[in-house]
Amino acid sequence: MSNSKLTPEEIMAQKTRRSFLALGAGAAAAIAGWEWLDHQPEEYSTLAPLRKVFAANEGVVRNVLYSNSHLAPVFPKSAITEQKENGADGLDDDLDDTWRLEVVPRGSDDPSHTLTVDAVKALPKYEQIIEFKCVEGWSAISHFAGARFSDFTAKFAPGSENAAYAGLLTPDAEYYVGLDMPSALHPQTLLAYEMNGQPLTEGHGAPLRLVIPVKYGIKNIKRIGRIEYTDTRPDDFWHERGYDYYSGL
Amino acid sequence: MKVLVEKHKLATRWFHWLNFPILSLMIYSGLLIYWANDVYTVGVGGLTVFHFFPDWVYESLGLGRKLSKGMALHFAFGWLFAFNGIAYVLYTALSGEWRELVPQKKSFAEALEVVKHDLGLKVPLPAQGNYNAAQRITYSAIIVMGALSLISGLAIYKPIQLNWLAGLLGGYKAARFEHFWLTMGYLGFFLIHIGQVIKAGWPNFRSMVTGFDLADAAEVKNVE
Repeated sequence: MSNSKLTPEEIMAQKTRRSFLALGAGAAAAIAGWEWLDHQPEEYSTLAPLRKVFAANEGVVRNVLYSNSHLAPVFPKSAITEQKENGADGLDDDLDDTWRLEVVPRGSDDPSHTLTVDAVKALPKYEQIIEFKCVEGWSAISHFAGARFSDFTAKFAPGSENAAYAGLLTPDAEYYVGLDMPSALHPQTLLAYEMNGQPLTEGHGAPLRLVIPVKYGIKNIKRIGRIEYTDTRPDDFWHERGYDYYSGL
Repeated sequence: MKVLVEKHKLATRWFHWLNFPILSLMIYSGLLIYWANDVYTVGVGGLTVFHFFPDWVYESLGLGRKLSKGMALHFAFGWLFAFNGIAYVLYTALSGEWRELVPQKKSFAEALEVVKHDLGLKVPLPAQGNYNAAQRITYSAIIVMGALSLISGLAIYKPIQLNWLAGLLGGYKAARFEHFWLTMGYLGFFLIHIGQVIKAGWPNFRSMVTGFDLADAAEVKNVE
């Protein structure tokens, strides 16, 4: 076919036909792609292909971006804001003197230690005023004090630093989080017993909660009853409800 | 006698028409996330004039209670938005197409004439190339906004690993605020853009799809 015999108007008509067919095909493909994605099976309450992207993103962040020398900014006391008590899962039972913290080291099924909060308080105390960030999009600045998770691990589960994960559960095991070990050992990851200069209130996780600024609030478990060091990925409450397992900041 | 003139390169059209569904998905998933903490308003003094957004907006568009899905979509399609945008900027820079696009010294004065003309005032349109002065400014601004959306998005996504970036934007909360208003900027742009495309008529729209337009041979000679 030679275009030279066609008038400009005819060539324009031909181009228009072809290009709009291509645009239509593209639009149909985009809609079909969306429909395909939206009808994929779910994996932990999220469409399976998007779970794969979550995992890929985690790989990029852990290999390229993450470092324990990247610190959450700290603030002066004047910057402290109201902190919400968001979420009371795992806090249904009354808190009483029977609360203990069980430590299950790597490779073991049973606790090696059953501790009172004084054992945590005996470790070096660190204080930090950091911005706590919720997946919902709000953030609040609070002053937390407690022991470093890394110090705790070195003292009560030496060698467990080499585990891939730490799993933390409330005493009733109704709320539970899984942490990759680098994030758990981050210098700002605290087992906290004070907030804004006062002992933790029940709503904020007394007697001992996790404060992990490199993760969203959903990983900052309250009223920790058990810490397990493991090489298999622990169950995670909000992961099962559709959120990214890693949830790193 | 009519002749065919090329208005938009194939690459430009691809980037444009890919960006439309990708950005739409980013705005949709962004709204699923924003719903969970919809704090932004415009007001005068202490008085709220408009809250982003009233409940009927979420209800009519089905945006509520889908935070985890919003995050999953946003952090997947964000890659496509970034790749398409970076590829477009590289192409435009390396091909020399930027000369048609970036505002010139005279563009700012001329843009005013274009706006007056478009508002129906009897002002003649200044001579132009592929894009008029107002288009040069708006389209360039949109690309800068796209870059800022990517940057502020990364700062919100990894505010600790990229704490320098979040700091540069004024902190985590500021980055979220900026990210939101950039998006409102796109929606505003979209409304004006669609209006202008309708006003410009069929041959203009056709040229964004086919790449070509028909022009009088005499006029083309004059321009050249």
